[in-house]
Amino acid sequence: MKHWRLVSLISLIAVILSGCVGNPNQSTLIPQGEVAEMQYELMKLSTIIMVFVVAVVTVLFLYVVVKFRHRKGEEDVIPKQVEGSHTLELLWTIIPVILLIILAVPTVSQTFKLSDEKQIAKDEKKKDAIVVNVNAHLFWWEFEYPKSKIVTSQDMIIPVGKKVILNLKGEDIKHSFWVPSLAGKIDTNVEGTNRMWLSADKEGTYNGFCAEFCGPSHSLMQFKVKAVSQEEYDQWLVSMKDQKGQAVTADASEGEKIFQQSCIGCHAADANDTRPPAARLAPNLANFGDREMVAGIAENTEANVKKWLKDPESMKPGNLMTGKYGELSDDEINALTAYLESLKIAK
Amino acid sequence: MSSVGHKKPLIWDYLTTVDHKKIAILYLIAGGLFFLVGGMEALFIRIQLIKPDNTFLVGDAYNQVLTMHGTTMIFLAAMPLIFAFFNAIVPLQIGARDVAFPFLNALGFWLFFFGGIFLNLSWFLGGAPDAGWTSYATLALASKSHGVDFYLLGLQVSGIGTLAGGINFLATIINMRAPGMTYMRMPLFTWTVFVTSALILFAFPALTIGLALLMFDRLFGTAFFDASLGGNSMIFEHLFWIFGHPEVYILVLPAFGIFSDIIPAFSKKRLFGYSSMVFATVLIGFLGFMVWAHHMFTDGLGAVANAIFAVATMAIAVPTGVKIFNWLLTIWGGQVRFTTAMLWSVAFIPSFVLGGVTGIMNAAAPADYQFHDSYFVVAHFHYVIVGGVVFGLFAGAHYWWPKMFGKILNEKLGILTFILFFIGFHLTFFIQHFLGLMGMPRRYFTYLPGQGLDTGNLISSVGAAFMGVATIVLLINVVYTAVKGEKAEGDAWGVGRTLEWAISSPAPEYNFAQIPYVRGLDALWVEKMDGNGKMTPAEPLGDIHMPNSSILPFVMSLGLFIASFGALYNDGLKNHTAVGVLILGLVITFGCMFLRSWIDDHGYHIHKEDLADEGVKA
Repeated sequence: MKHWRLVSLISLIAVILSGCVGNPNQSTLIPQGEVAEMQYELMKLSTIIMVFVVAVVTVLFLYVVVKFRHRKGEEDVIPKQVEGSHTLELLWTIIPVILLIILAVPTVSQTFKLSDEKQIAKDEKKKDAIVVNVNAHLFWWEFEYPKSKIVTSQDMIIPVGKKVILNLKGEDIKHSFWVPSLAGKIDTNVEGTNRMWLSADKEGTYNGFCAEFCGPSHSLMQFKVKAVSQEEYDQWLVSMKDQKGQAVTADASEGEKIFQQSCIGCHAADANDTRPPAARLAPNLANFGDREMVAGIAENTEANVKKWLKDPESMKPGNLMTGKYGELSDDEINALTAYLESLKIAK
Repeated sequence: MSSVGHKKPLIWDYLTTVDHKKIAILYLIAGGLFFLVGGMEALFIRIQLIKPDNTFLVGDAYNQVLTMHGTTMIFLAAMPLIFAFFNAIVPLQIGARDVAFPFLNALGFWLFFFGGIFLNLSWFLGGAPDAGWTSYATLALASKSHGVDFYLLGLQVSGIGTLAGGINFLATIINMRAPGMTYMRMPLFTWTVFVTSALILFAFPALTIGLALLMFDRLFGTAFFDASLGGNSMIFEHLFWIFGHPEVYILVLPAFGIFSDIIPAFSKKRLFGYSSMVFATVLIGFLGFMVWAHHMFTDGLGAVANAIFAVATMAIAVPTGVKIFNWLLTIWGGQVRFTTAMLWSVAFIPSFVLGGVTGIMNAAAPADYQFHDSYFVVAHFHYVIVGGVVFGLFAGAHYWWPKMFGKILNEKLGILTFILFFIGFHLTFFIQHFLGLMGMPRRYFTYLPGQGLDTGNLISSVGAAFMGVATIVLLINVVYTAVKGEKAEGDAWGVGRTLEWAISSPAPEYNFAQIPYVRGLDALWVEKMDGNGKMTPAEPLGDIHMPNSSILPFVMSLGLFIASFGALYNDGLKNHTAVGVLILGLVITFGCMFLRSWIDDHGYHIHKEDLADEGVKA
């Protein structure tokens, strides 16, 4: 190990750098899909140009403030009163213009490429196209797969390496859909549907955020995008069709009863929810047991589900569930939790 | 003080004053207080974000603090503080005895002041606004407390004041310049005030319309922005940013002007490329109106709109770059004295460049899909607004303090403030670029452990503490100087180039006993170089016509303040007490307007015999 210094130095740099590029599931600096990669290229180009500009200004700046500082004994010196210089002024007008053109050309071309409506419409018509309707609600996300006619929420499942076309809409107020690792954001307006697409290069679970200020729990309006293999995805779609919210164990069927009394007014446990989006007031729970998180922010454990059922307000201020379902006893919460956790594809 | 014998109690004097120098002090005090309030709010934000899952300030309480931090800093701190310098300096720089409309000037201040107080009273009356300083319509309409109504009414009242101020300075600069003070001889600060005032004139009406329509939606049952009733909330975003983007230049252009006065003064050189600086200022002001939709790149406006606004935004970098290099070349070959004011000015250059280049990065629309509403943008606009505007305000405060108060701020404490603030500023905001790139959205009151955001946020919070301490040192400095400071000369720094340094510090009530004759750019410097050392008068010594002070601006603004409460609680005109209060307030305001029109006010004269003791010397 002659090179131990070098090795340790490199690993040290790697550690520091990883501190600067962040978590691979949510950093724009570690793009994991085609759109994010394109955007990362543009970010890099603009950064290089801008670092160059900053470097030039800094060098010139340090030179002038050090070189031309006032020295003792020169109190009466009057410097030459220079009016200006046309040559110099032309120079620092033309050079920035050139730099900006270098940046503007890929910017414009990428802008058109990313929101090419015709291309998206064409892709959508393909037989194997993957389309997801994203409906944003005060503080949760619904993902509807119109081709398979299934609805899920909070975890969006997509096949790896495939272009996924998204139709996005805000159901109550304006939100914004952002999965930093996979693609830049787009707003979910209440006035109409926005379209974008994304894809994931490899399997994994990517963090998603609401990026438009939407109220007390804006910070907690998080979701996941899970990229799985094509087979797994196809299988998932098929299984979801069978997710009708039926309890399979005795424990769970107790919970199902409570669910039918207290929760059904807003929540559905059937993935084949055919009501219009505006009528779906709360997250669909058909595959709740499979989800990564409770309420988008706490690990999906029984303890957290119970905590949520007991007092949602303590976990997500301003949520619309608080006060809608009456008081639940501990036994009821236990049964309900057992039922909810049983709602999963892999039984 | 003036030798004219009309001594009044200090408070009454300031409540009724129409003197631009006293109004400047009012703006400085009020803006300074709001700056402290906004700063406290910033510290609360950074305390909450110091570690993941913190519970210091969560949910709606955090949103209120966040909203009020932005709103206060922009509308109630930065705006009045630049107006403080407009008032304190512009009439002096152009050789005028006051602004064009002294009464309107006082009215502008009191409207701003009462609007700001009204907005902040929301803290005690059911909660502050919580929809962000941008107050986008869907969220604002969904907000349940009266907070947003305080925002809408308070900003409309203070907005009228700002608009009045803008019109006043346009008229002043067009009409009140001393003989020989042609446009191309005006100091650059005056030029930036001129362009800024024009921006105010065109930008603020867009805001007022947006706020008024939103107010009607919230308080009087209309549906301009309610999509479910056929309205469109995107219109509000457009109106807001048609105001909001020029607002950035409204704030930063005067800061550019301040630097453009300070850097030549302490380099003992004339401003490099004066004409191109003027042209760049005008061009920035013009382009500032062409780029608002870059705040809306992720709205889904479509590729054509995004591409056009991306390129237009990039274009602004060119005139801004010209300015940066002109400042550097002004220092080149100079004899630079690093006073506190100069330190702020030179430190501004690299700091602002960082904010500028990230602005260009944001302009690249597809990259902005990643940057938008993330901490990258938070870092960007704090680099622009703190690194540009706040540095400019600090520089201007140290530079012109003797002209406003007759004493030079303590330099040792000033340099200490500078060092602490400069370190704290970069510590707080530089890391935020990376937080944003690492996927931290803006306006989040928390982040989860394991998202890789812990260290960056901790560093950022530590930096904020530095800025807090720096501000305390500045306050100590103000008190110390008031008590111990020595009286300053007319040309307080000995390097004055422009007209304000040709008269005593602080300036006498009438500014110039005799209006000076201007023979070139940097009027005082020209006389110094010709060996005269003082300005040549353009008129014989005579009686000076002065405007009378008046309590009407105060009462007129108070009327709108009272009316705002009525509007706020009117409850669809069902609350009759509130409707009565609304009417009462409007009656007070319109009554004052009637009185102002009815009573002939010819002002008074200071006789030339009374001037002789001090005026001529100055």
